[in-house]
Amino acid sequence: MSYKSTEIESPVGKILKAREHVSQNEGLIFEKSAPGKRGMELPPLDVPVLDASKALGKEFTRDAVEGFPEVSEIEVIRHFTRLSTWNYAIDLGMYPLGSCTMKYNPRVNEFVARLEGLATEHPEQPAEVSQGCLRILYDLQKCLLSITGMDAATLQPVAGAQGELTGLLMIRAYLQSQGNPRKTVLIPDSAHGTNPASVVIAGYEVKNIKSNARGQIDTDHLREFCTDDVAALMLTNPSTLGVFEERIAEIATILHERGALLYMDGANMNALAGVTRPGDFGVDVMHLNLHKTFSTPHGGGGPGAGPVLVKKGLEPFLPVPVVVQKEDGKFALDHSRPQSIGRVRAYCGNFGVLLRALAYILAYGPGIRQATEDAVLNSNYIRKKLEGVFDLPYNLPSMHEVVFSDARQKKHGVSTMDIAKRLIDYGFHPYTTAFPLIVPGAMMIEPTESESREECDFFIEAMRSIAAEAETNPELVKTAPHSTRIGRLDEVAAARKPVLRWKPEEGGSR
Amino acid sequence: MYPKDYRYTKEHEWIKVDGANGTIGVTHYAQHELGDVVFVEMPKVGAQLKARQSFGTIESVKAVSEIFSPVAGEVIETNPALADAPELINKDPHGGAWLIKVRLADRKEASALMDAAAYEAYIAGQAKEHSA
Repeated sequence: MSYKSTEIESPVGKILKAREHVSQNEGLIFEKSAPGKRGMELPPLDVPVLDASKALGKEFTRDAVEGFPEVSEIEVIRHFTRLSTWNYAIDLGMYPLGSCTMKYNPRVNEFVARLEGLATEHPEQPAEVSQGCLRILYDLQKCLLSITGMDAATLQPVAGAQGELTGLLMIRAYLQSQGNPRKTVLIPDSAHGTNPASVVIAGYEVKNIKSNARGQIDTDHLREFCTDDVAALMLTNPSTLGVFEERIAEIATILHERGALLYMDGANMNALAGVTRPGDFGVDVMHLNLHKTFSTPHGGGGPGAGPVLVKKGLEPFLPVPVVVQKEDGKFALDHSRPQSIGRVRAYCGNFGVLLRALAYILAYGPGIRQATEDAVLNSNYIRKKLEGVFDLPYNLPSMHEVVFSDARQKKHGVSTMDIAKRLIDYGFHPYTTAFPLIVPGAMMIEPTESESREECDFFIEAMRSIAAEAETNPELVKTAPHSTRIGRLDEVAAARKPVLRWKPEEGGSR
Repeated sequence: MYPKDYRYTKEHEWIKVDGANGTIGVTHYAQHELGDVVFVEMPKVGAQLKARQSFGTIESVKAVSEIFSPVAGEVIETNPALADAPELINKDPHGGAWLIKVRLADRKEASALMDAAAYEAYIAGQAKEHSA
């Protein structure tokens, strides 16, 4: 048997990694259906046959489920196993999707989540027999408060955006309790798109403030905008350019002098954890994305966790119930919080996700600081190696991610999207394209601390190779990917005229 | 490229004033920056708009962007063609892809906005900033 090398010839010489994409195609499960196929065989009835429609009533019975696929067990197994091989996952290679912090989900998290006694607990169990679970929630809160420098927490929200809304509702309740909820929330133009949406749902008006030429908040501009109508500034730090707001303390002071609050979107906490604490630089309310910074899985839309952390003054407004430790050391759920904004999620949020985050934090301990430093180091290593190959629109020190633009490749008609698609041929998940919006043709790369120097080098070589292809053979890049089962998808048509349902009369030709 | 009888905003909307009414759309520069437009969200006829107030959104493959009214006024018509053919915004931003018509609160308000020459200078400056 010979070892199959993964080396390939590229425009910049022999490079070390190119993974072939699994190319077996797979139809829909509906297309495999044929009458009479089934995945189980029941023994003959040994009781009298009963007419279900007579026993239950005609309106509650039907002879067949229309369109329900009839398939055998092995067909079901093969179908879903094949589909599972189509996924690109962090377990297959680097996933530099900037802003998403696609770090490795350590196996120890999964081990802990499957422990008997945790996996089988039910949220309706009385507190007396849920002491272990309540302690896990309480300890996670303590850890998150210690990492962020905040005073009180809720673990209920199950996504970053739900955390944003929860935080804003608490800001509204807090200001209302002082007599005036105010009208507007300021948001920098580099913000995540969910920020303005959350603000509007919380009943505030959005006012955009522009970044200065260095990609930072212009404090003069902020002073001018920060009227008595402003409830809060919603800020991501480091910003979506991967740059730390150098004047964050001054920004907080400007707001506080006007009676406004500072909300921090913790999406980029992977650049700060263990190094600096938002609570120490003036943040009043923030959320964390446990599925980013604290290594819980990014599922297809969930389950996630977006805990919200606040300063002392906002504590009375936390969602109920609040996990507390009583004087006798026992843990309990406190429902008697008259100023609470109410419940934002059933029970205590996604417990299984919260549990994994605690496992991660306890496994690292003070090592969280090194994880942060390694994340910053990896992103700067990639930046240094790709500077001169790709345009760097904001030349400030990068934190955990680096934002290039496609300005140089554009001259050959090659866009950030084309380069991202071509990366698939080199065995990588694409970086984030076209975000942040303040960078035209943005290429946002976040390696996270999970990657070794070797994997970073594979990525750098792939990017250099694609940059060379953009000059010598731009068509190759513009028509990528070439190694996948299906080539470039028509994303515009898919968005304009979405087809969301398979219908036998329209598809089904095999 | 940019019609001489239109007025323009820094947010890349245009307005064409015709007596008591104005027609509003987004500029060629805006559609180019947005990329392929896939969906347009419009206000209701009868809505009262303040100047610089957001009155709808344009969704492209890249992002969702708000559209701001260049002037104050009441919405009297929205472009029915855009619901089925949002791509018109990419093809004919200054003509067939107008977004709304408004009854102007103040006929003179639009004259304070940029004319075509000033707008062209403005977007040239923006492009320079991006490549710097």
